[in-house]
Amino acid sequence: MISAILVMAGIGLVLGGVLGWASIRYRVEDDPLVEKIDAILPQTQCGQCGFPGCKPYAEAISKGEADINLCPPGGNDGVKRLAELLGVEPKPLGAGMEPKPKAVAVIDENTCIGCTLCIQACPVDAIVGAAKQMHSIIAEQCTGCELCLPPCPVDCISMQVIREDVATWKWRYPVHMMKRAA
Amino acid sequence: MSRKLHPFNGGVHPDGHKEPSNATPIRAMPLLPRYVVPLRQHIGAPARPLVRAGERVARGQMIGAAEGYVSTAAHAPTSGSVLAVEPRAVPHPSGLFDLCVVIEADGEDRAVELQPLDWRNLDASALRNRIRDLGLAGLGGAVFPSYIKLNPGAQAIHTLILNGAECEPWITCDDRLMRERAAEIVLGAEIMRHALGCASVLFGVEDNKPEALAALRAAAPTDMEVVSVPTLYPSGGGKQLTYLLTGVETPTGGRSTDVGIQVFNVGTAYSLYRAVCLGEPLLSRVVTVTGHVAEPGNFETRIGTPLADLLAAAGGALPGAVGEIIGGPMMGFDLLDRVAPVTKSVNCLLVKDPRLFPARPAALPCIRCGACARACPADLQPFEMYWFSRAKDFGKAQSYDLFDCIECGCCAYVCPSHIPLVDYFRYAKSEIWERERDKREADQARRRHEFKEFRLEREKQEKAEKFAKAAEKQKAAAGTETANPEEARKKAILQAALERARLAKEGVTPKNTDNLPAAVEKEIAEIDARRERMGAKQQGGEE
Repeated sequence: MISAILVMAGIGLVLGGVLGWASIRYRVEDDPLVEKIDAILPQTQCGQCGFPGCKPYAEAISKGEADINLCPPGGNDGVKRLAELLGVEPKPLGAGMEPKPKAVAVIDENTCIGCTLCIQACPVDAIVGAAKQMHSIIAEQCTGCELCLPPCPVDCISMQVIREDVATWKWRYPVHMMKRAA
Repeated sequence: MSRKLHPFNGGVHPDGHKEPSNATPIRAMPLLPRYVVPLRQHIGAPARPLVRAGERVARGQMIGAAEGYVSTAAHAPTSGSVLAVEPRAVPHPSGLFDLCVVIEADGEDRAVELQPLDWRNLDASALRNRIRDLGLAGLGGAVFPSYIKLNPGAQAIHTLILNGAECEPWITCDDRLMRERAAEIVLGAEIMRHALGCASVLFGVEDNKPEALAALRAAAPTDMEVVSVPTLYPSGGGKQLTYLLTGVETPTGGRSTDVGIQVFNVGTAYSLYRAVCLGEPLLSRVVTVTGHVAEPGNFETRIGTPLADLLAAAGGALPGAVGEIIGGPMMGFDLLDRVAPVTKSVNCLLVKDPRLFPARPAALPCIRCGACARACPADLQPFEMYWFSRAKDFGKAQSYDLFDCIECGCCAYVCPSHIPLVDYFRYAKSEIWERERDKREADQARRRHEFKEFRLEREKQEKAEKFAKAAEKQKAAAGTETANPEEARKKAILQAALERARLAKEGVTPKNTDNLPAAVEKEIAEIDARRERMGAKQQGGEE
């Protein structure tokens, strides 16, 4: 009887020790859920969700502090994928958060005074220029977040919608007549 | 033939309709007053325009240079002047405009000096660069830049397959080319064999082209094999023909080069011959004009020829025509604008009539009969892919190997419910491509955003360090000061000046009568005495 208790207690202690050691040795540094949520977010870093970037929003979602329908650039599709990941019901985007067509910022180079305010505002360093020199936007790296618009003192930045071309054109969802069953 | 064939699964037997266009020799198109050369005729990045409006060009002059690795050049089809470099209608299912060079012909058709290449002694890399600058791209339909395909790279190529199957109904351009120019095609194949360094060369031609087979057999040397393959659509698909001839299956998501086999269209071999042996860039190709037209046939057509002019050369469409298809009836797409030009990928202009091309019957629900799976030459399950594509469940569609679909149309051809299956697959593929593009862009944005945050943090740290260093320096300077006699003397002078200033500030502002020389004091005393005297006198006078 005693020996049985001792053996069971011994096994318990050894296993507990192994588990305790493993939890320290193989600790997961980052919250993997945050990474997964962040992978779904579109990375425009626009802050329309009310958080200073996509990663902070992902962290807030993972803590349950933010709703999943606050990201207009991700669109309803993004909300759906977040809902699938988190196992919750998808919902429509929040009020006043209709997704806009994809666009890039364009600087009117005749008006730009070279104040560098937009450069500081750009979350992805997609604007090149120096003080009192003309600034220019690298279109391939612009996420269309519009964060450069408000700081510009001369309103020389405008958003240009990206038009579909032969390379980015997509086949449409097939619409065809279905025969009615008699 | 002695070669054992390996029939692939599936395939269909649509009516050939080859007779209308394959009876007459290839005709040359007359010189036209205007050509429109798109800069994006190939897979990959569009060519970079090298000319501007108003510039004069000669036939064969490069007007667009290859931009990036997967790209190739474009050339002027005749001599004349550049009218514009602007977006124009192109033969594309979208009907969108794309950047083109519009050339007004001067009628002289003056050519640039052509430089034939000594390909047997030329370095392989130099040969490929020349081929890129001569604008060669696969003429079978995929228009992949040929110079890349001629680079064996890491994988050794042991077999070269020349694809002359031409399995698509109605089209006969390769058939006529093989009949009339077999010797040149064989020379082109010789150049390919040299560039790839492979031993075995196979020609695959469907047995509905006995004349082409005979011509190739007469022209080919003994170490090239001309194989007759049974007529079955789509035996001209690259992977299908590879399997048919060699029994080697191309792995999922891979290319035939992964198994040491390279496939070229016979038209590409002919153009390669012209490029290398004559030095002529890819300026023209053979295009079939057939269907509901007055004089169907094949035309040697310059790249950039407006399709309306090509149609006119074939006598124009007959009354009752209901539109045109670019390519064949199985894989082609409806032409939306006849001013669009012939490009390197256009192999056929097919005019539809209501009898042979009736409107698509209304679709019925899928009954899961499995006919599509039996017909699929890529061994896929189209009904499953259809189901998930229709539901926009692209991940599931992809898990059924959607990207192995060659869009041959066999499934839609046999579907008893007339479901446009290929339309769904094309839709799903382009949606997935867009998502992948978005994902790449998002990853890039994330990296750049993280780097910006890191950079700001680093700058803050650097600034703090700089300040700390400056403060330390000052402290150190204060410590060493007294040791230096020169410094001490300077400091004493400074101190004295400061002291003077302090005293001055304290209010004993000296009057201008202080500290004067004796002579000036005496003078002042005299003046004061005189004033006194005068004052006394005045006082006395008043009294």
